[in-house]
Amino acid sequence: MNQLTRWFSRNLIRIYAFLGFTYLFLPIIYTFVFSFNNSTKSNLVWVGFTWNNWLNPCGAPDVCNALGNSLKIGVLATFFATLLGTLMAFAMGRYAFRGRSIVNILIFLPMATPEIVMGASLLTMFISFGFNPGFWTIVIAHVMFCISFVVVTVKARIASLDPRLEQAAMDLYADERQTFRRVTLPLVAPGIAAAALLAFSLSFDDFIITNFNSGDVNTFPKFVYISAQRGLPPQANVIGSSMFLIALIIVLFGQFVGRRRAGVR
Amino acid sequence: MSTALLHTGTHEKKAVLSKKKLLPYWLLAPGIIWLVIFFLVPIYQLISTSTQTQGYGIGTYVQTYRFANFIDAITSSKAQLIRSFEYAFLATLFALIISYPLAYAVAFKSGRWKNTLLVLIVAPFFCSFLLRTVAWEQILGEQGLVIKVLRFAHILGAQDHLTATPFAVVAGLTYNFLPFMTLPLYASLERIDIRMMEASGDLYANALTTFRKVTVPLSMPGVVAGTLLTFIPAAGDYINAELLGNPGTKMIGNVIEARYLEIVDYPGAAALSLILMVTILILVMAYVKRAGTEELV
Repeated sequence: MNQLTRWFSRNLIRIYAFLGFTYLFLPIIYTFVFSFNNSTKSNLVWVGFTWNNWLNPCGAPDVCNALGNSLKIGVLATFFATLLGTLMAFAMGRYAFRGRSIVNILIFLPMATPEIVMGASLLTMFISFGFNPGFWTIVIAHVMFCISFVVVTVKARIASLDPRLEQAAMDLYADERQTFRRVTLPLVAPGIAAAALLAFSLSFDDFIITNFNSGDVNTFPKFVYISAQRGLPPQANVIGSSMFLIALIIVLFGQFVGRRRAGVR
Repeated sequence: MSTALLHTGTHEKKAVLSKKKLLPYWLLAPGIIWLVIFFLVPIYQLISTSTQTQGYGIGTYVQTYRFANFIDAITSSKAQLIRSFEYAFLATLFALIISYPLAYAVAFKSGRWKNTLLVLIVAPFFCSFLLRTVAWEQILGEQGLVIKVLRFAHILGAQDHLTATPFAVVAGLTYNFLPFMTLPLYASLERIDIRMMEASGDLYANALTTFRKVTVPLSMPGVVAGTLLTFIPAAGDYINAELLGNPGTKMIGNVIEARYLEIVDYPGAAALSLILMVTILILVMAYVKRAGTEELV
């Protein structure tokens, strides 16, 4: 008995962590399991096992159209947000200049503003300028709220760089451009990649701002929200599960590459 | 190239310098322009809309500087406003209680599994936010397993529900914003020098005192960042209240959404949005000031 309590108190934090991760993953496991459900109408009760949903992910009406829009918007928003955000991060991380604190506030504000306020205010502006909401207004909105997260992520990476590496390059007669291209950029690249991944997942997953500024363009989260009222088709679970698996593979692969490169060094 | 630079006159050097001085502004310009046009201008539009009144026809409004819009908005949606902050506060508290040991375990007890566990904390992010909420709705719902087990064990009666309750909304908020809490906590815990804790032990502090006097104070930046990143989106959220709640659990986000997209009362919705934003900013500033963290970004 005494031994048992001792084992418990020694492993308390591990047991706790196990429970924590179970809690985090429970809805994902549920989504994954029910992607194999042989249901026709609503995916609420387990009917039986089938591969059909995975073989035919576009089987439900409109789901692949919504997914395609989400992917297109995600790629475009990620590209522009990463580009603009990275440039800003270099300015913030590398230069002293006047107006720095104002820029800091401007970057912080979108992260401190609830999504509904940003979505609503953007819609107000689009309407008052006679702009019809649609595909491009979604892209614009997504770039806007992703920029700050990109700046913060890339800036953290720049701040953690050892300045001696760049000094060494300069000592070895590399000019500024060469130093940037051959030393600084490769060192910051993992931060930029992480920022891009973050931007894509923020964009792909966004519902509130999108719902305000999308007009009648459908996105995947919008599809889930609308069809949740009358029962979600299992194809939505297939898409959610595969996005999850793909992202997990990308991240684990990135870690693997990072570890190997660190090992080589 | 380098010898050529050595021989350049002071005049040219000055030109190079001023060009360099402008460089950060060139780097910032595109991003700033984007944020000004698509964040600040809309907020300005929101402010100007909030004092307008109904013109001729639905959806047309004229500027009349009617500040009473704010009073109307508060009196008509007081309950939802207070409820939003209550729910967000509770969700933040629960997220902190759940996340702290989790982040602690990953930072100090995971050994070579650290990176993998870290990925697993972020991983739920990759499965759509809405899908996860719908999954909770179904796990806790009438057809789900949880409610059957609880009813079988007589913890819940036949009339009791798990979904469509305040409990479900707070649980959903807690779950959905949990990684926003865990990650900053982990980042600040991971940065703590283990030797600090060892030193505390050497000075005869027991494990609890070390935790209270060394670990917690040193992890405060993570606590501040995590609570902010959880509280802000939770206060403005309306998905959880919509999918997991009932009409009595509506939050301010639900009201704003309905006024914008269903009732088409733009001034009222704008006034409520501003009230929400300003309240959050005041709370955030007071909190940050008390917690004493300077660097926000």
